[in-house]
Amino acid sequence: MIKDTEILVIGAGPAGLAAASAAAFLGASVLICERDDAPGGQLVKQTHKFFGSEKQYAGDRGIYIGRRLTGAVRENPQIELMTNATVLGIYDDGIVTVLHDNRHLKIRPQKTIVATGAAEKFLAFPGNDLPGIYGAGAVQTLMNVAGVRPAERVLMVGAGNIGLIVTYQLLQAGVQVAGVIEAAPKIGGYLVHASKIRRAGVPILTRHTVCEAFGTDQLEGVRICRLDDQGQKIPGSEETVACDTLCLAVGLTPLTELCWQAGCEMAWIRELSGHVPIVDENLETSVPGLYAAGDVSGIEEASSAMVEGRLAGLAAAGSLGYRPEQAKEEILAARAELAELRSGPTGGKIMAGLARMREAGKTKGGVFVC
Amino acid sequence: MRIEEHPILDFDRGTQVTFYFNGKPVEGYTNETIAAALHAAGIRVLGHSPELHRPRGLFCAIGNCSSCFMTVDGEPNVRVCVTKVRDGMRVEEQHGKGVVRVD
Amino acid sequence: MLIETGIPTAEDLQSVTPPAGRLARGAVAIAECFQKIPCNPCTRACPRHAIRIEPDINETPQIDYEACTGCGACIARCPGLAIFVVDMTYSDSEALVMLAFEFLPVPEAGQLACGLDREGKELGWFPVVRVVSGGKENKTYTVSLAVPRELAMEVRNIRAGGYQNGKQNG
Repeated sequence: MIKDTEILVIGAGPAGLAAASAAAFLGASVLICERDDAPGGQLVKQTHKFFGSEKQYAGDRGIYIGRRLTGAVRENPQIELMTNATVLGIYDDGIVTVLHDNRHLKIRPQKTIVATGAAEKFLAFPGNDLPGIYGAGAVQTLMNVAGVRPAERVLMVGAGNIGLIVTYQLLQAGVQVAGVIEAAPKIGGYLVHASKIRRAGVPILTRHTVCEAFGTDQLEGVRICRLDDQGQKIPGSEETVACDTLCLAVGLTPLTELCWQAGCEMAWIRELSGHVPIVDENLETSVPGLYAAGDVSGIEEASSAMVEGRLAGLAAAGSLGYRPEQAKEEILAARAELAELRSGPTGGKIMAGLARMREAGKTKGGVFVC
Repeated sequence: MRIEEHPILDFDRGTQVTFYFNGKPVEGYTNETIAAALHAAGIRVLGHSPELHRPRGLFCAIGNCSSCFMTVDGEPNVRVCVTKVRDGMRVEEQHGKGVVRVD
Repeated sequence: MLIETGIPTAEDLQSVTPPAGRLARGAVAIAECFQKIPCNPCTRACPRHAIRIEPDINETPQIDYEACTGCGACIARCPGLAIFVVDMTYSDSEALVMLAFEFLPVPEAGQLACGLDREGKELGWFPVVRVVSGGKENKTYTVSLAVPRELAMEVRNIRAGGYQNGKQNG
């Protein structure tokens, strides 16, 4: 049996939930497939207050933003939310296959929005496979979703927003943090997050990296060292940090498998943290009717993921002929919001990445120009 | 260890159940994943690698990677970071790549 | 440098410190927010519209020290926990410092809490004067601490737990 739907949204994180609500707002019927048993994506573990403006619920904690987006989706009769539903493939004939509660399902959508998010990156060093070496997001899941204290004493690698935020949340869960080390000469995350953990006494060591991790059955400690201006290890600068957990917060990478498989034109864009589908200003990929929104189209903040989701949802529903005037107006508003979020110094990297992505689109043999 | 009090969060753990890790009883809750319940019990070594037999723990905890594969009720390669605990469940360290049962 | 250590320099702090004349008149907010990031909940938090982020959301907050009454409504609304209120007129020798707090246990008024500086270094034990909850979803407490006046610009956090009961012991 094939299940028909107007718009299929893959992923119920900030981008997917916002996409579904926006498309349904214009009148389209939407099916969301979420592989986890609950919607919300990574918002379910974000206990900190979000930045951005009121339009993106700034000042509210991520967990409550997640509940709000989820509530709006659940209350909307135009939207069907399917959890425990992993999308397996997008095929040439437009069929999307799904593993739902251990059963194989076929879906035939008119439009598809890929909002699959991202995965945590890993780091190469001797001993990096020891139990106790976890993604920072993994530790966040254990403590903020399950309520399990995942460690006694942690060394955090990476002073980007995730490293800084998870450090603060570890302290809130009663875990000791030995320090935050960062290979770059500067703190990459927001400085207010950095100052918060400094005030709690956690040192931040820039120009430092992991040399090796050691332990018999699980992590017992880490050797770290300083880096010179060229990013090379300085001999003799090694120190040992005793810890049972090493958190890696060394960046995210877009989860683009479905985009690759669907045949989207892809480009490797450093500023967007990996391979991303080339999208136009409505976030439509080179495969007509297939949109990509949120971290899958480039790693950014949850606030912009929500706006991207909304934009893709509006564009997809608008292209099906739903309330074209309203769609046009709302699309312009969403684009303006994105532009505002990205207008400052911290948005410069994303803007540069998006420009390179568009450039890559133009040079791809003229098949798809955006 | 479980977090008893948290400045921001309240935890709905579900009901308490007993499952078995390598045959030994472990206390867990129905809203916890197997990986979370094992961590609460101080168990972090979830398996050993197929070739070099090095200890393996979880990495991503959201079902992206395959670091936390275990054998659950006889089924190999179960991602215990996204599989909830059930009463009486038998969770075992997986040796090698696991064999899929064909009924 | 702040961007290397997470600790604002004297120069950074100078740029956000209200004029001496204003400090001498009583409670006033200080936003230790130095980086241009897209964020503006503080502007909505202020009942007197004394905080502005203009012309766009990436600017750092500008506080109108004449309009600001030092009520502290902004403290628990700032996502970066970067706003403090200082009242230099609290007593003959003490200033009141109001700061955001998100740890357990929460101190009670009348207890002594260990005050920390911007590096987390202990500055001494100071009386907690008032503790205000941010509410059901906000969950950030605003803690008011009476500190020796010369430490008014140093105390920016308290250690969670270990609170002592009784009078101030300096």
